[in-house]
Amino acid sequence: MPSTQPTSYLRSLLAEPELFDDLPPEELLERHLFSEEGPSKSGLRVVPSLAETARRVQSTTLATDRVLPVLEALKGLLPNGLQRGITVGVSGSGARSLALALMARATETGSWVVVVGDDDLGLAAAAEVGVALKRLVVVNAPDPKQWAPVVAAFVGAVDLILVSPRHRPLAAEVRRLAARCREGGSVLVYMSPGVGHLIDGWPGRLDFHFSINEASWVGSDADPTIGSDMKQDRLRVRQVYVSVNGRGLPPEGRRDILLLPGPEGAPVRP
Amino acid sequence: MTGLTVPPTTVRTLVVDCPDWPLTALVVDPDEPVLVLGAGRVVAATAPARGAGVARGQRRCEAQRLCPEARVLARDEVREARGFEAVISALEGVTPWVTAQWPGWCSFGVQGPIRLFGGEVALVRHTTKVVTAAIAQSRLGTDPECRIGVADGAFAAGLAARSSGVAPEGAVIVPQGGSPDFLAPLPVEVLTMDGLKGDLANTLVRLGLVTLGAFAALPAADVLARFGADGLDAHRLASGVDDRLVGRRPVSPDLAVPTAFDPPVEQIDRTVFAARLAAEVLHERLSSRGIACTQIVIEVETENGEHISRRWRDGGTLSPTAVVDRVRWQLEGWLHGPPALRPTSGITLLVLVPDEVALASGHQLGFWGEASAADKRAGQACARVVGLLGPGSVQVPEWQGGRDPDTQVALTPFVELVEETGLAGQEGRLSGLSDKSRSLETPPWPGALPQPFPAAVHVDPVVVEVVDATGTAVTVDGRGGLSGVPNRLAISLPFVRPYPEATWRERITAWAGPWPIDERWWDQHRRRRGVRIQVVTADGVARLVVLADGQWKIAATYD
Repeated sequence: MPSTQPTSYLRSLLAEPELFDDLPPEELLERHLFSEEGPSKSGLRVVPSLAETARRVQSTTLATDRVLPVLEALKGLLPNGLQRGITVGVSGSGARSLALALMARATETGSWVVVVGDDDLGLAAAAEVGVALKRLVVVNAPDPKQWAPVVAAFVGAVDLILVSPRHRPLAAEVRRLAARCREGGSVLVYMSPGVGHLIDGWPGRLDFHFSINEASWVGSDADPTIGSDMKQDRLRVRQVYVSVNGRGLPPEGRRDILLLPGPEGAPVRP
Repeated sequence: MTGLTVPPTTVRTLVVDCPDWPLTALVVDPDEPVLVLGAGRVVAATAPARGAGVARGQRRCEAQRLCPEARVLARDEVREARGFEAVISALEGVTPWVTAQWPGWCSFGVQGPIRLFGGEVALVRHTTKVVTAAIAQSRLGTDPECRIGVADGAFAAGLAARSSGVAPEGAVIVPQGGSPDFLAPLPVEVLTMDGLKGDLANTLVRLGLVTLGAFAALPAADVLARFGADGLDAHRLASGVDDRLVGRRPVSPDLAVPTAFDPPVEQIDRTVFAARLAAEVLHERLSSRGIACTQIVIEVETENGEHISRRWRDGGTLSPTAVVDRVRWQLEGWLHGPPALRPTSGITLLVLVPDEVALASGHQLGFWGEASAADKRAGQACARVVGLLGPGSVQVPEWQGGRDPDTQVALTPFVELVEETGLAGQEGRLSGLSDKSRSLETPPWPGALPQPFPAAVHVDPVVVEVVDATGTAVTVDGRGGLSGVPNRLAISLPFVRPYPEATWRERITAWAGPWPIDERWWDQHRRRRGVRIQVVTADGVARLVVLADGQWKIAATYD
C-alpha cells in the first residue's frame, strides 16, 4: 500500500476548513497550535476534543444569515435575497410558480418549506422550478380554528411557510404570526386561494407584495402560438411581467420580466 | 499493510448470513420469479427475478417494470422471526454466545467452539449442517441457502459472509490477522452496510479514497479531527484491526431494566407494549450517563420457570424502537415457534440488559449533506402538528414518475421518528428522491405529458364544455383524434369557487395536443383512458383539460 504520497496530500484536504475567520483572538491563537508552523514541529500535536469540534462547526450568525438566497433570475427583483422574518404576498396569474421560484434556491441550501393548506399545489412543478422536494412538507388544509396554531408551530422551526388559507384569518392572528416570524426568522408567503386572484384575503400588512401583471404563453421559438393549426406543439415558456412593492422600495416598486417557466423549467430572465 | 499486529481485542467471529431470509420464511420456490416487498421496497427476490435486474431497495413499480411476470409477496416479519428462532436455538448447541442482528443474520465468537470441533473448517461444516437442518425441520424453504464467513472482527466476518458462496464449500475463512488485507481492496461503500452513514462513504469517494485500504491508511487522529466519532468508528472498521465502537466500556449490572408481569401475560402485543416503556427507560438511563447501547440481552421468563435469553445487536447503537423490534422477534420466535421449544405458561418477567455500550456521540452537524439542525427542527415541528391535526395530516412528497401531473409525485404521511434524529431518517427513507435533476432523469414514461408541469393540480377537477367554432362539443375518435378545433371553454355549473361567475366562458386562443392516455388496459377496474389537451384562453391562463368517461375536466392549471 503506497502510503506516504497520498497521505500528505490528503492531510491538506482534511485540514480544518477556513470557516472560522470570525473567531475571537484567543481562539485564533489556539488554532495556531494546530497549524503546520505551530508547535507541531516540536512533536506536540493537539487534537481537539469532540465537544470542541462540535462547538466549532456550529453555525455562527452572520449578516448574510439573515437573508435567504434566491434564484439568479430573481436577483432583479430581490438583489439582496429574501430577508428573513418578513411576510410576502404573491398574486396574479402564475402566483404559484412565482411563489415556488421565490423559495427554490433556499431549499437547495438547507432551508425547509412547509405548505399549509394548498391541496392543489403541483409538486412536479415545484421540483421543476428547483425546489428540493426532500425539504418540502405538505400540510392538509386545517380547520379555520386550527389554522393559526398550525402555522405558528412552524414559525421559527422552518425557514419558509407557504400559506393559502381557504378562509379569512383574523387580523389579530395574522398580526401575531407576523410578529413571531420577525422574531423567529421565518418567511411567511401568502398566496390567495384559487387561480389568478388578487391579494384580498389577507387581513394584515405584507412586507413585500409580488404581483404578476401580465403573462403570455409561447410555443416554440419559431412559432409563438401553440397548436392553433392543430400543429403538434406544446406549452413551452411563459413571459411574465412581475412587480414588487413593499418596505424600503421606491414607491413605484421594482419591475422585471421573467420567463416562468423558462425553457428548462427553472425561471430565467429573457 | 504490513507491520500491523492484530491486538487481542479483536474477536475472531463467524457470521451466518441467510441472504434471502424473507423468501425462505415465505417458502418460495427458488426457480419462480418472486419478489418480496417491505415498506414499498424490494427486500428480497428469487434468482430469476434478480436475473431480470430486480435488486434489493428498488421501488415496487421499478421492479415490476423490470420483471412484470414476478409474483409479488408482502414481507412477513412474524414468520421470519419465528423461523429464525429455530436456527438460533439450534446454534446454541454449538455455542452459547450467539448474537443475532436481525432474522437471517447472526454471529458468534469462534474461540471456544473451535476447540470443541477441531478447527475452523470443521466448525464451518458443522454450523452449516446445524443451520440447514434447523431450516428443513421448520419446513421453510426447500433448498435453504446459508453463507458463512469467518474473520477477525464481526465487520470483516460479515463482509466475508456476503462475498462467500453457499456454505460449507463456498465459505470464506479469512486467516488470522488477515482482516486488514481482506478489507483493503473493498470499496468504501461497504461501510454503509453496517449501519454507518452513507454520506461518509460519499465524502470519502469524493476525496479520492475509494477503497477501505486507502481510508485505513489515513492517520486516525486526523480522521477523528475531521469526521468525529462516527468517522473514527468507520476508520477502525476499515483498518480491520479493531471493530469495537469508540468508547466501548463494561456495563454496570444495575442498568438492566426488569419488567414483571402479574398476572402473567400470554399475548405478545401486551409484552411488546411493556417492552416499549422499558426500552425508553433504558435509553433514558444510558443517555443520562452519556452512553448508548450497542448490544443488548433480552431475557424472558415464564410462570413455570422456562427461560429464554438472546443477545441482539445492530450495526450501530440500538434505539428504543430497534430494541422493541427485537423483543417482538424474540417473542414471536419463542411463543409461536417450534412446538418443542414453546413455553407452557404466561410470561412473568422481561429484562433488558445492556450487554455492551459505547459513548453516545450525539448528533453532530455534518460537513456535507448530513442532517442539520434545520432538519431536526423541521422534524420536531412536523411531529407537533401531527399531534395537533392527527396522523396523515402532514405529508412528504416522493417522486415516483408517471404520465400525469397528479401521479408523478406521491405524498406519503410523515412518520414521526421517535428518536432525536428529526427528519434525518425521513430523508434517508426518501433517499431515492426527487430533486430537479432526479425528476428529469427518471425512466421514460411513454405518453407522459411534456414539461413544463402545471403548478396547480386540482384535487376536485371542474367539469367544463369544450366546443368548436360551430358550438358543437369536441369529442375524440377511436384513434385519439379530435372531432373539431377547440374554440371555447365553458362552465355551466352552479357557483364554483375559483370561477366567480355562474356561467363562465372563455375563448381558446391556442391549444396543443391531444395526448391520448390508456393506462392499465388489462385491469378492468383501474383502467384509465382519456385524452389530454393544453389550452390557453383569452385571459392568458393555460390549463390542462382532460376528456375521460365522456366528460371534459380541468385537471390542472399552469398557474
